[in-house]
Amino acid sequence: MYEGLRAYGLITAMWIRSTMAYRASFVMTTLGNFAATGLDFVAIMLMFSRIDSLGGYRLPEVAFLYGLSATAFGFADLVLGSMDRLGRRVRDGTLDTLLVRPAPVLAQVAADRFGLRRLGRIVQGVLVLGYAVVSLDLAWTPSKVLMVLLALLSGAAIFCAVFVAGAAFQFVAQDASEVQNSFTYGGQTLLQYPPTVFAKELVRGVTFVLPLAFVNWLPALYVLGRPYPLDLPAWLAFAPPLVAAACCALAMLAWRAGLRSYRSTGS
Amino acid sequence: MDGGVVDGDGPDGDFIRLERVEKVFEVRTRTGLLRRERRRVRAVDSISFTVARGEMVGYIGPNGAGKSTTIKMLTGILTPSGGRLRVAGIDPSRERTRLAQRIGVVFGQRTTLWWDLPLIDSYRLMHRMYRIPDRRYRENLDRCVELLELESLLDVPVRQLSLGQRMRGDIVAALLHDPQVLYLDEPTIGLDVVSKARVRDFLRELNAERGTTVLLTTHDLQDIEQLCSRVMVIDQGRLMYDGPLAGLHEVGDSERTLVVDLEREMPPIEAPPARVVRVEGPRQWLAFPASESAAPLVAHIAATCPLVDLSVREPDIEAVIARMLHRLEGAADPAPERAVS
Amino acid sequence: MGTGRLYAAVAASGFRRYATYRTATAAGVFTNSVFGLILAYTYLAVWNERPHLGGYDQSQALTFVWVSQGLLMTVAVFGGGFEEELIERIRTGDVAVDLYRPVDLQGWWLASDLGRALFHLLGRGVVPLVFGALLFPLALPASPLTWAAFVLAVGLGVVVSFAIRFVVALSAFWLLDGAGVAQLAGLTAVFCSGMLLPLNVFPGTLGEVVRLLPWSALLQAPVDVLLGVADPLPTYGFQIAWAVVLLGVGRLVQSAATRRVVVQGG
Repeated sequence: MYEGLRAYGLITAMWIRSTMAYRASFVMTTLGNFAATGLDFVAIMLMFSRIDSLGGYRLPEVAFLYGLSATAFGFADLVLGSMDRLGRRVRDGTLDTLLVRPAPVLAQVAADRFGLRRLGRIVQGVLVLGYAVVSLDLAWTPSKVLMVLLALLSGAAIFCAVFVAGAAFQFVAQDASEVQNSFTYGGQTLLQYPPTVFAKELVRGVTFVLPLAFVNWLPALYVLGRPYPLDLPAWLAFAPPLVAAACCALAMLAWRAGLRSYRSTGS
Repeated sequence: MDGGVVDGDGPDGDFIRLERVEKVFEVRTRTGLLRRERRRVRAVDSISFTVARGEMVGYIGPNGAGKSTTIKMLTGILTPSGGRLRVAGIDPSRERTRLAQRIGVVFGQRTTLWWDLPLIDSYRLMHRMYRIPDRRYRENLDRCVELLELESLLDVPVRQLSLGQRMRGDIVAALLHDPQVLYLDEPTIGLDVVSKARVRDFLRELNAERGTTVLLTTHDLQDIEQLCSRVMVIDQGRLMYDGPLAGLHEVGDSERTLVVDLEREMPPIEAPPARVVRVEGPRQWLAFPASESAAPLVAHIAATCPLVDLSVREPDIEAVIARMLHRLEGAADPAPERAVS
Repeated sequence: MGTGRLYAAVAASGFRRYATYRTATAAGVFTNSVFGLILAYTYLAVWNERPHLGGYDQSQALTFVWVSQGLLMTVAVFGGGFEEELIERIRTGDVAVDLYRPVDLQGWWLASDLGRALFHLLGRGVVPLVFGALLFPLALPASPLTWAAFVLAVGLGVVVSFAIRFVVALSAFWLLDGAGVAQLAGLTAVFCSGMLLPLNVFPGTLGEVVRLLPWSALLQAPVDVLLGVADPLPTYGFQIAWAVVLLGVGRLVQSAATRRVVVQGG
């Protein structure tokens, strides 16, 4: 673990230096990232210019959901956002150059092409979250504040697990990085909207199968004081750290299996 | 078991040791729109050899013969399907990261240097990633940079380096942590003559000075000729030849060509064992066995003809191997022969 | 005759180039379907709140979701692949060779992009639409004539999309950061094409403006033809007008670029 973080830090620092070699381009791509990821919220605002509530939720409440998921996802995207390039590395053989280094492969792949421009996504997520907190008019208690922090951390960890598992899948299917996108970017899009919008089966799927609901839905509904659609008990809102730990453990297993299969088949 | 060997080294005679190492891949090929056929391919088929500490060995063979699969197993990238494999006493696939500290790998066409950063930054990363003691790092860097004439390039972004400069840069990066073995995959591919010479000189120096074991794959026969006392030829996953280069030429009947420019047109030069294979105005092409030195031949021609210029063309390594393999095909036992040890 | 066959060959190779990536195509279809699912439920909620919003009923809104998921690769909302290549050729100077070729630069890339679009229409367009139609009640027309009119509108949308992207790529002759411009152009396209939200849902003046911009020819126009909301002929007129204007701009930019290459000595 320590070795991995150390290698991750070393390689990330190199990418940041590389980025800073083109400062103007860095500023532009960060702004672009900010604008591109913020478009989703622009869509929500456009919708609310014509409607007053969506699935029973008003704009500040939807903004709260959006802010939580966008910020949590933003952290995961910043930390592991280039993992979907693994398939390409397998195809062109450059993964091998990482395997002859005295550092965990996962850390090296995770740090690959570390893009500081991805701060743009976090910034817009935090801004929307700030807007939501200001306009929600909630009675904030310590447990609600704690819940927000918990949700951001666990949410980021859950998305990290999705990134790692998706990369592990690319050991098997190298051209399938888009599948990963539907769980990462797609999952993030899903969580921007209230669960009441979606069919029960879909909500069940992202609660019990791919537990994205723990990123923001359950914690946010606790903070907003609303019931969860599947009649789940309220204490489940405190489960995200456990769910995140379980997801990370499973993702690690998947990663190991993927790497083992690569090392035995070479493709 | 190798539990008793503490720091890895067996007897020097088997610093690298392969015993009936195999690698079987399952290949799926599309036979119809949806149907696929599975096929088992033996990329490496029961290969055994040892390399002593400090040896420089050329590892050659046609594309797809199993060369890079062997190197990948030796560097811990791939897990063998069978057999026993040890490098410096370490089982590469089991202890990949421990092995990584002791080996250096240069992938000919894939640079591991940081494209947008000055060369020195890549070395600083190696310094920290391999936890090289500061003094060793300084000494190694100074020595390598001096021998490969890279001083003036340390602050230049890698993307601005020429292919030859980059290759030299990559070799330095692979050596900063004092590896005991250096694997080179096509180290001179695409380089100009001067760069090639510089790389070869450096490798010789490295081997003499530090006793680094070097294993290289190449398509350039001169690499082998100038660097390796020993060459191994692999084809279809099997070791077909293991011995000195001269022996390979004998087995393969290969020939070099001497291109001679004379002052004027002349009848074909008589200089056995060489024979003229082509005449074009004042220029003549003479073929002679690759196992023989060109020096007496050149001396003879210079003494008997009005010589303007000459050059020696090396035989194509593919052709040598192809001829050798063809010769061996008919033989009853295609098992590896070890001409000299 | 000869040049016609040449452009056909170029288009065919553009088609084949994308057809080779089967897994990537399957993965892309999967992603389109996932996003379609998410958007479909969201639109259902929006139209529950305001039935007949923007003149669509609920099934028309759902149809918009699935058709646009099927079309977004075809009309290359996010960019179509050739821009990066052209920008790279401009950056390295290889484009000088292209400019002196007997075939026209714009025509060449248009043919290639049409080939690509045809592959994406078949490979990426059909499955998400079928998937959506199985899960949701869509307002798909029964008449083959409407479908034919729709396909023609898609084709014109691809041409407009190409014309925009060609100008964007050529801007690399003057601007150092061609990739930055391409990114900006992609963002604009996502916002103004209907990809983000159907343009008829946009409020007030903003809505009126975006519906007049060329990007509405990409997605909104073909979908409206399919839904029977828009008359085909005026829609074609709108698309063709923008195509002519933008291809003309591309022409001008191209000849300015050619002069520039000549002045710089190639």
